[in-house]
Amino acid sequence: MAVSGSRLLSSNRAGWTMAAPAFGLILLFIILPFTLAFGLSFTNQRLFSPNPTQWVGMANFDQLLGVSALTLEPERDDAGEIVRDDAGAPTYPRLRGYTRNNPDYPNLVGKQEWFSFQYGESRTYVLASDVVFMKALINTFIFVLVVAPLQGGIALLLALMVNQKLRGINVFRAVYFMPVVVSIVVVSLLWRFIYAGDNGLLNNVLGWVTFGAFQPVDWLGNPDTALPAIIAMSIWQAVGFHMVIWLAGLQTISPTLYEAANIEGATRFQAFRYVTWPGLRNTAVLVLIVITMQAFALFAQIDVMTKGGPLDSTQTMVFQAVERGYRKQDIAAGSVISVILFLIVLSISLIQRYLTREKT
Amino acid sequence: MERTVLTKIVDDFNASQSDWRVMIEQFPQAAYNDSVVAAALSGELPDILDVDGPIMPNWAWAGYLAPLTIDPDVLEGFLPGVIGTWNDKIYSVGFWDAALAMFARKSVLEANGIRVPTLDEPWTGEEFDEILVTLKDTGEYDYPLNIGMADKGEWYPYAFPPYLWSSGGDLVNRETYQTAEEALNSDAAIKWGEWWQSLFERDLVPGPSQRLADHQNGFAEGKYALNWTGNWLALSSLETYGDDLLFLPAPDFGEGGKIGAGSWQFAVSATSAHQDGANAFIEFALKDEYFAAFSDGIGPIPPTREAAAMSEYYAAGAPMEVFDELSERQGTLRPVTPGYVVQSLVFQKAIADIANGANVVTALDTAVDEINADIQNNAGYGHN
Repeated sequence: MAVSGSRLLSSNRAGWTMAAPAFGLILLFIILPFTLAFGLSFTNQRLFSPNPTQWVGMANFDQLLGVSALTLEPERDDAGEIVRDDAGAPTYPRLRGYTRNNPDYPNLVGKQEWFSFQYGESRTYVLASDVVFMKALINTFIFVLVVAPLQGGIALLLALMVNQKLRGINVFRAVYFMPVVVSIVVVSLLWRFIYAGDNGLLNNVLGWVTFGAFQPVDWLGNPDTALPAIIAMSIWQAVGFHMVIWLAGLQTISPTLYEAANIEGATRFQAFRYVTWPGLRNTAVLVLIVITMQAFALFAQIDVMTKGGPLDSTQTMVFQAVERGYRKQDIAAGSVISVILFLIVLSISLIQRYLTREKT
Repeated sequence: MERTVLTKIVDDFNASQSDWRVMIEQFPQAAYNDSVVAAALSGELPDILDVDGPIMPNWAWAGYLAPLTIDPDVLEGFLPGVIGTWNDKIYSVGFWDAALAMFARKSVLEANGIRVPTLDEPWTGEEFDEILVTLKDTGEYDYPLNIGMADKGEWYPYAFPPYLWSSGGDLVNRETYQTAEEALNSDAAIKWGEWWQSLFERDLVPGPSQRLADHQNGFAEGKYALNWTGNWLALSSLETYGDDLLFLPAPDFGEGGKIGAGSWQFAVSATSAHQDGANAFIEFALKDEYFAAFSDGIGPIPPTREAAAMSEYYAAGAPMEVFDELSERQGTLRPVTPGYVVQSLVFQKAIADIANGANVVTALDTAVDEINADIQNNAGYGHN
């Protein structure tokens, strides 16, 4: 250990010199900003302000993550009967009476309803200090959970298909890889036209395929379809990149293994299950981690296509970090989101590493 | 065109004296504010800056701008929207103003028995609502009114608060500028919010998914009967409709008709080593003939009556004369506070959420909380 340590540090001057530019840039543009963000998240730093920066401790985190529950009994009239609305559902006092200017509920000040559920006659409201952030958090997780398996799976499928010795196969490889080369901003702009509500390409195609039976959908303007629309487009955009990584993995598998499997009389599925898949193990780990990390950083598509709307259905963590830190000049708030995002991605990467570790 | 006029002023100034030389640098408008902030953070601001009127207090508060030292008498008789005052000091002055108006066609109003409103007697809120319903019922238009929901950006906090102000609400309490409580979520504001939402529910205006092309051309193509837009589109609309076109004042929802005031203005940077020269240039440029030249070149409203009289479009009897009076009578500044940069974004989101069907009270309460938290985080933004 001591030997390798000394070799790494002293008798390897040429190596360090060559690595220096890269190390310097990483230090300057990744480690330093991150350390700064970590420190700033405990202050009230603004983008610019004549006021001095103050240490505020965990206040930013409390503000961002504060959640309370409030259980309300239904309203009753003088006879003790539950007051019901036209649809027959019991009515509850307005939350506004508890969250605003009500000294009896100091823990609810400034909170808003996030979601609520019924339990018997009473209704429990979950209130958050920062509902937009909570929605951003949930949306980001949905995005990652859908994109990681789907994008990885489709990329593998494409890789298997283009990993054949056919004439012109390079054309297909190039076509699938093309969206990766185009700037994501340009791709997002184009997809905005595809998803346009009145006579966008997608609505026209769907209308044509169904002989006009399909009712046009305002894909990006409807809270129910906006996030799925962005998910679909994001999967399409980056799938080519991961296809190439899978392809590289596929080509490291020795053809002799397939020949042996063939001689043993393996079916195509068995060849995949017992030769291809074990051979792709390390590639799979890489693809999964890269997709997860990229998916957590979802920003450009949101910024160009929906700006977090409609009704916060496409808010994401990085979009909110930029929105607050830069556009609203609140560097501290942006830093807090970045730190939380870092902790989430770090723990997920550690879990993924643990689950995909070499079992010896 | 703007550059041609500005270049001429700069050349005139450089030729008129030998103490100072002025040079122009320009940035695209979308990236302009970012460029200035970046330059300010690295201490490399130019001597003279162009600044958007409502942003000025933020830059002045942050210490980017120095108060102007020009003689206040020079600014006598200017439209109120072109003089940028923050904490009792003048920081910026504009060579023009912009104004909003309801673009309409006389023939359409007459055919539907709608009265032509005047500045003394604008449409009332209820009357306006009935007019929209009447126009919708004709079935001749995609929507009776275009308010430009496709133009997401500063358009929202510029074009839509006038209705809120006229209803008795505001983005923030303008007496103290320390809270938005009872301003943005007052009963009047909630009533306005519910009306606003109903515009979308009743399909009286196109929603946030409107295509930008429809926003820009829909009125000229006859898709919309009324167009809530600014004087910068007056020229092209006049080309389409000629004498039939009317520029109508904003409807009065109770507190008088209002339109936004304050456009781009010139200011002097606080780090400038040549503040005397910068002020000298601005004072030199404040001439009616230059105002008129800007107006003729790019179409904005000249800041003085004299300049308006000299201009092609705003002189007595000229087609856009009415804007001058609209500005003077209905022009209202957006909240004059450094917090406006955040308040406008918060308002923008609230108004989009309400249009998309969010609960009005919750949306406005959320906006109030966010504005108040921001004011608190900034220790009240240093209002005197």
